[in-house]
Amino acid sequence: MKKTALALAAAAALLASPSHGDDKVKIGFVTTLTTPAGVIGRDMVDAVNLAMQDIGGKMGGLEVELIIEDDGFKPETGKQKTDKLVKQDDVHFVSGFIWSHVLLASRKSALDGGKFLISSNAGPSQIAGKLCHENFFSTSWQNDQTPMAMGEVLNQQGVKSLYVMAPNYAAGKNMVAGVERTFKGEILGKDMTKWGKDAQLDFSAELAKAKASGADGIFVFYPGKAGGAFIKQYQQAGLQGEIALYTVFTVDSIALPNLQKAGMSGVLGSLNTQFWGPDLDTPQNKQFVSGFKKAYGRYPSFYAAQSYDTIFLIKSAVEAVGGNLDDMDGMRAAMAKADFPSVRGPFRYGNNHFPIQNFYLRKVVEDADGVWTTTVVDTVLKDHQDVYATDCKM
Amino acid sequence: MDAGLVAAQLLNGLQLGVLLFLLASGLTLIFGIMDFVNLAHGSLYMVGAYFCAELTDATGSFLLAVALALPATALVGAAVELLVVRRLYRRDHLDHVLATFGLILCFDALVQILWGPEGMAIRLPAWADGQQHLPGGLVFPTYRLLIIGAGLAVAAGLYVLVVKTKLGMRIRAGASNPAMAGALGIDIGLLFTLVFALGAVMAGLAGMMIAPITEASIGMGNEIIITAFVVVIVGGIGSIRGAFVAALLIGTIDTMGRSFLDMGLKLLMSAQAAETSAPALSAMLIYILMASVLAFRPQGLFPPKSR
Repeated sequence: MKKTALALAAAAALLASPSHGDDKVKIGFVTTLTTPAGVIGRDMVDAVNLAMQDIGGKMGGLEVELIIEDDGFKPETGKQKTDKLVKQDDVHFVSGFIWSHVLLASRKSALDGGKFLISSNAGPSQIAGKLCHENFFSTSWQNDQTPMAMGEVLNQQGVKSLYVMAPNYAAGKNMVAGVERTFKGEILGKDMTKWGKDAQLDFSAELAKAKASGADGIFVFYPGKAGGAFIKQYQQAGLQGEIALYTVFTVDSIALPNLQKAGMSGVLGSLNTQFWGPDLDTPQNKQFVSGFKKAYGRYPSFYAAQSYDTIFLIKSAVEAVGGNLDDMDGMRAAMAKADFPSVRGPFRYGNNHFPIQNFYLRKVVEDADGVWTTTVVDTVLKDHQDVYATDCKM
Repeated sequence: MDAGLVAAQLLNGLQLGVLLFLLASGLTLIFGIMDFVNLAHGSLYMVGAYFCAELTDATGSFLLAVALALPATALVGAAVELLVVRRLYRRDHLDHVLATFGLILCFDALVQILWGPEGMAIRLPAWADGQQHLPGGLVFPTYRLLIIGAGLAVAAGLYVLVVKTKLGMRIRAGASNPAMAGALGIDIGLLFTLVFALGAVMAGLAGMMIAPITEASIGMGNEIIITAFVVVIVGGIGSIRGAFVAALLIGTIDTMGRSFLDMGLKLLMSAQAAETSAPALSAMLIYILMASVLAFRPQGLFPPKSR
């Protein structure tokens, strides 16, 4: 009895002891692994693992430990997992985050815990503006930027009237605000649909409204699975040719394989905007895309590209301080320089630590192997900075 | 408001209603006859969708896949009843909820292991993938019309089964008073397995019909099952007729709310306020209906007789 108690006490002491000396770089990565959105998380985790392989598992001579957590597509779970990474695992970097509402719920836990917070996808306006923080960095974009680029494309294409659809959450609102900011024509209708773990996937009523509105084009933002579902229903309703399709974060290498399998050829030739594309001609992107295709047998998505960049950004910070992980100031200064090989090519950080970067027009095409993918056709915005940076006092 | 749009939305509402009916009819039978709360009914919906997707790949024919997936789903349903559910009838509802919630997790994990997280698309045959021109200049997706047709046919078949056949008589007897039905010599154990498998088939069929629209995906049944429970409660627990009427009612209300609520609200408030409140309010409409039914007619709209 006494022995058991002793053993228990020893075990408890072991658990309570600080979980790291500074001999390892610990990176927490919060993403979605369950629910249908788990397919996005898989792409991100695959990219992070590939990046770890490509850097030989080391940064500045230190071993790297990766701790991956599942937010279950829920802000409250994301926050709990962030708390766990900060308090229990005592990581140096909290990264990942697909969803804006999950990032917004989790940011305080990471930043108040004195950790670096790196968003590999979500870019809510709040964090770019009033809630900006010196220890926050983005390897993606601010939500409004991509739809702002799309708004410009719509003007160039002579689209006079638009129907808008997006999910009803933080990023959905940013996307709509973004396209409204640059699109000069008239917005004839707008639907914000239910989102989250139990997201609405049947858009019959909304598509009937869009059709009845008589708009020239339809702008949609449906990331992950919802994108594929939307495109299918768009085609099944016979809307192609009647109301042209313009998307952001909807038609990507996650949606395309299933669309191709379902024979949804209506998506071929449709336009979207993005800061990156699998065929973007930079040395790092070539290494990334060919490595990813070799390892996993499919095209990487932009989620994967940003996750790949996340590891290289962190590596640049750790190397700049020679592996002295207590030197937060040194690591921050290094990251602010964006001095790492990015898949998008060279870029710089704004005062709010969001990238100032190009946005491209991409078209859905069939590649040489008959696989549906996107190809960059034009640069829409050059060195573009988000509009919320002026609200950031930093 | 243009009449064509209203007609299109009525059809959309009918299609959603028919789908809800397929789910709710099994749920209401299981709930009504066995007094068993089956949260995992949505998992059978998912299983049906995945079977159909896999078989469509294997056979190259969507219709053949449905024909094969239906008995396969029935077998899964019967297995779940024999292995798990059977042991729970004597326990209280909380245990039912716990156990079937566990089943949901098992099914979701199994599907993830077998088919991966990315979901499965189903390619429709070309004849089902187009649009139909209906009278009045209405253009409507062929496949959604097929769902309506198939759903109504199943509803009619179920009506005949329950009202005109001996098995149906036993099911009705079981729904009214299982103890008395057992005392009269009906093999309640077998009846329960059959009803559970029947419910599974209908849930599976609903999954097969929605999958070409939204893809088969993990956890796809977990949301719609909540709506199906609302249908069961509004219609009256154990009542197929109630489930039918309530499903069509709720399908229509939900679709109409999503279509026209923002327009209506814009008459009362600013456009921006209407845009943000309309989605929230339209998601609440069916629960408002359920709450009113519970307040004024707690037994549901069409409760089975002698309950």
